[in-house]
Amino acid sequence: MSNYKMGLPTRDAYGEEILALGHDNPLVYVVDCDVGKSCKTIPFLQELPQQYLNVGISEQNACGIAAGLATCGKIPFVTTYAVFGSMRMLEQIRQEVCYPCLNVKIACSHGGLTPANDGASHQGIEDMGILRTIPNMTVIMGADYWATRKLVRAAAELDGAVYLRFTRDGVPAIYDEAAAFTIGKANLLREGTDVALIANGDVLIVALEAAELLEQEGIHARVLDMHTIKPLDHEAVLAAINDCGGIVTIEDHTIINGLGSAVAEVIAEEGRGKLVRIGINDQFGESAPYHRLLEKNGITAAHAVAAAKRLMKR
Amino acid sequence: MAERSDVASLKQKAIEVRKNILKMIYTAQSGHPGGSLSAADMMTALYFGEMNIDPDNPGWDDRDRFILSKGHVCPVLYTCLGMRGYFDEKELLTLRKEGSILQGHPDMKRCPGVDISTGSLGQGLSVGVGMAIRAKRDDKDYRVFVLIGDGETQEGQIWEAVQAAVKYELDNLVILVDQNNLQNDNCCDVVMPTGDLAMKFRAFGCHTEQIDGHDMEQVVAVLEKTRSWKGEKPVCIVMKTIKGRGVSYMENVVKWHGVAPNDAEYIQAIEEVEAGLQ
Repeated sequence: MSNYKMGLPTRDAYGEEILALGHDNPLVYVVDCDVGKSCKTIPFLQELPQQYLNVGISEQNACGIAAGLATCGKIPFVTTYAVFGSMRMLEQIRQEVCYPCLNVKIACSHGGLTPANDGASHQGIEDMGILRTIPNMTVIMGADYWATRKLVRAAAELDGAVYLRFTRDGVPAIYDEAAAFTIGKANLLREGTDVALIANGDVLIVALEAAELLEQEGIHARVLDMHTIKPLDHEAVLAAINDCGGIVTIEDHTIINGLGSAVAEVIAEEGRGKLVRIGINDQFGESAPYHRLLEKNGITAAHAVAAAKRLMKR
Repeated sequence: MAERSDVASLKQKAIEVRKNILKMIYTAQSGHPGGSLSAADMMTALYFGEMNIDPDNPGWDDRDRFILSKGHVCPVLYTCLGMRGYFDEKELLTLRKEGSILQGHPDMKRCPGVDISTGSLGQGLSVGVGMAIRAKRDDKDYRVFVLIGDGETQEGQIWEAVQAAVKYELDNLVILVDQNNLQNDNCCDVVMPTGDLAMKFRAFGCHTEQIDGHDMEQVVAVLEKTRSWKGEKPVCIVMKTIKGRGVSYMENVVKWHGVAPNDAEYIQAIEEVEAGLQ
């Protein structure tokens, strides 16, 4: 992780930004499910108890309560882990949030492989893909502390359902406070026309490192942070197809139905462009160091470099 | 206690409500008559007496809320809304038709007066808890009525929601249990016994009453009584009811959960409902 310093977990960014949002706007509520400590919402409870609920270990109920609050104009953030926020309460999200177009945010820590020691039960690797299939849902993962703070605020300002995903563990700091984010618009981090690396979340760093390695071999890679996988930035993908031809997607998520699949849909419908998807290879995680879990799935800069070169030869 | 004349006029209204339910389902040749008819008396009492609502202003923030958690019996809700003037009563005959505001299950984005979209069982009570918590936090006086089925209490989320209602001391939340003893496949006791529901809700911490859900005097009286309860406890009214109430061949017959009457059945049903219910 050469040029980037290790930063905070993005769940910390959520905790700080939701607290600021709650102070700025009394309509903002937090609905916790007994994981407030892990999701960094305890300061919110302490400073804004009138805007806070903890409904215990009852995620489905939490989602319904949030929907009820939203019908009365509140902006509730249901706060839990990605596994529960995408699967345990999935049908409640569909029926009581997305179908009636209610302004509820599902804010989830422990997305992807960062709860590494916890093992497969707590590693939410299917979540973004699952939420992506539901009408009226926006799906976002910020890459680092500042990306997450900005995207959480943007989500609060968007009138509608949003799924937000955070990391349990620290991730490298890529952005600074000045960085700007628009939901549904990819951030261009590095210009290049030989190949495009499209990534998001905690593995955006893998794309940046791969681009540096490619540069050493004279290959100019474009790097896009696709923090929003729905709505997907169709234009940015199309531009990558037109300018680069080959695209490598990199995600801390199963390769089925996540970022790579969303990009594949554009490529397939355009009938142009080439793709390699790097992500979790349709298998569960396990208790192991985070970097080992990434290695076991080939989510590494070296693998991304090899994929990029392979694409360029096709 | 309510005036006797109130009870008499509500009984009369309930006959009209039942006729409209049958007419809608017959016209659509699709829908759920059994549970619509078992809930008809309470629904009539709510929409023509108890609830503080304004059909000209469905989104009025101080209104009482109603949640039909057993969303499949929406004909009874649509009828009450139509008769109260939320929309033209002629719309009732568009039930389940393409483009209708009256979807097969209630859709708040299409139908004025629907406070939350429902249809997937077990979920409405949590939404009601959210609405009731909001009233407490914002010092609003409105109440939230949630109608659930007895079969629906098989969903675990119901009990999650009751826990939360008790924790947050929601004496502005009224849980109405339509205990008609039948569900889609068979009797509740055969499919999955729900046990003594009043005892369960009481054990969870609700202020619980049991009534005959077809005795309008009892319905009106219990609503009147619960209005004065300020015990920091949610209210639960377990209504003993008869599925298909008012139509002899539908009463207590599992089949009439979700089928529409044919021509002859419809004529007989209307005659029986008009003949009155005693």
